[in-house]
Amino acid sequence: MNLAYYPGCTLKTRARNLEEPAVASMEALGLKLDELPRWNCCGAVYSLAEDDLIHKVAPVRNLIRVRKQGASELVTLCAFCLNTLKRANLLMKGDAEKRDTLNDFIDEGIAYRGEVKVVHLLEVLRDEIGWGILAGKVRLPLRQLRLAPYYGCTLLRPREVAIDNPENPTVLGEFLKALGASPVDFPESTRCCGSYQVMNSPDAITEYARPIFNSASSHGAEALVLTCPLCDYNLGRGQRELAKKQGGFKEMPLFYFTQLLALALGLSPHVCHFELNHGSPESLLREKDLLPRVESVQPIGG
Amino acid sequence: MTKKASVTVSHRRLGREFVRKVKELSGQNLQLCYQCGMCTGNCPAAVNMDVSPRRIIELARLGLEEEIAGSKTVWVCASCLACTVNCPRGFDLSKVMEAIRLLALRKNVDRVRPEDVAPEQRCDLPQIAMVSGLRKFTG
Repeated sequence: MNLAYYPGCTLKTRARNLEEPAVASMEALGLKLDELPRWNCCGAVYSLAEDDLIHKVAPVRNLIRVRKQGASELVTLCAFCLNTLKRANLLMKGDAEKRDTLNDFIDEGIAYRGEVKVVHLLEVLRDEIGWGILAGKVRLPLRQLRLAPYYGCTLLRPREVAIDNPENPTVLGEFLKALGASPVDFPESTRCCGSYQVMNSPDAITEYARPIFNSASSHGAEALVLTCPLCDYNLGRGQRELAKKQGGFKEMPLFYFTQLLALALGLSPHVCHFELNHGSPESLLREKDLLPRVESVQPIGG
Repeated sequence: MTKKASVTVSHRRLGREFVRKVKELSGQNLQLCYQCGMCTGNCPAAVNMDVSPRRIIELARLGLEEEIAGSKTVWVCASCLACTVNCPRGFDLSKVMEAIRLLALRKNVDRVRPEDVAPEQRCDLPQIAMVSGLRKFTG
């Protein structure tokens, strides 16, 4: 079975380590991620102003394309894309006047009414595959790996687009348990990483990162598990700065949830692109005997 | 001794037009707020703000535009919506913050100019940071 899939911009460059392991894993699970043949940037942030319709054109246009190719569900991997597409979809469902204006402006010959269901890959794993079946497919259980699930903001807020309980989310923890890892609950798992403030006040990013890392490590986590490329950038940069400033601060590996999925399903670590990660995840995996040896590729001689 | 109020309210200073615009852009009923401070208590950025999120609502509904314009609070807000999901009144402060930002940005004054971002930063920042930051800080 194929699932219509929207990647978003960053997954094709800096966050290939989020996308490529997801595509390979879903193929192994028999639910192929079928990238939309044509898509545009969703705009990253959902515009919050009542009169701002122009910034809703980008996400709605993507949804119309999904509808036109006959799919009823759209899967995303990036938490920002999920949030923007899902909020734009709710607007198209619930506000007849704005819906008509947007449909007229976009002029794709279709009166879109929010019919597409926007979901995150974690929801597909939870609701369409199920933790029990996923656990049965695990070839390399991630035993002895104490991982802190970090949700950030956009998977859980606002309530109407949350993929889980915004106050007490468990989806990432259950996912990690299915892979054989030990999830570590920590109180800062839904605290903001600073988001787009990295553009306005980059120095503040360190202060956003500090309580998140302090809390995760004091609860015994060895690494953080993420779903969002902006969290990855901010936390990676934040902890690098903290290590420079604060003697004794130890950087922590940051994983995308899809890398752990691919690893646990027994796929080649090549698809995980650990070289793009922050905080040396490979050393931790090697220490736990969780990094299968891969024959190195010989360069072709001339 | 009672602390003296730091804001003087008089009919001459009340910006009714400002209140109207904030309501229109945010779609929020500013009178819903009963100043409990849950927004400030849950805000991860409050420590970097000169005027607390709770107080922004009070200043906005009084129409005290100058006090708001002189504060950096709305530019420090990361739209994380911790205030929104924790408000016992169902008030969406993130929309009020956005409305105030837009009232400034629509005067054609950008908060961040792409050309001011250092070249090494521009190469380092992922698209998601550039797009979201420029969406929030330019008009």
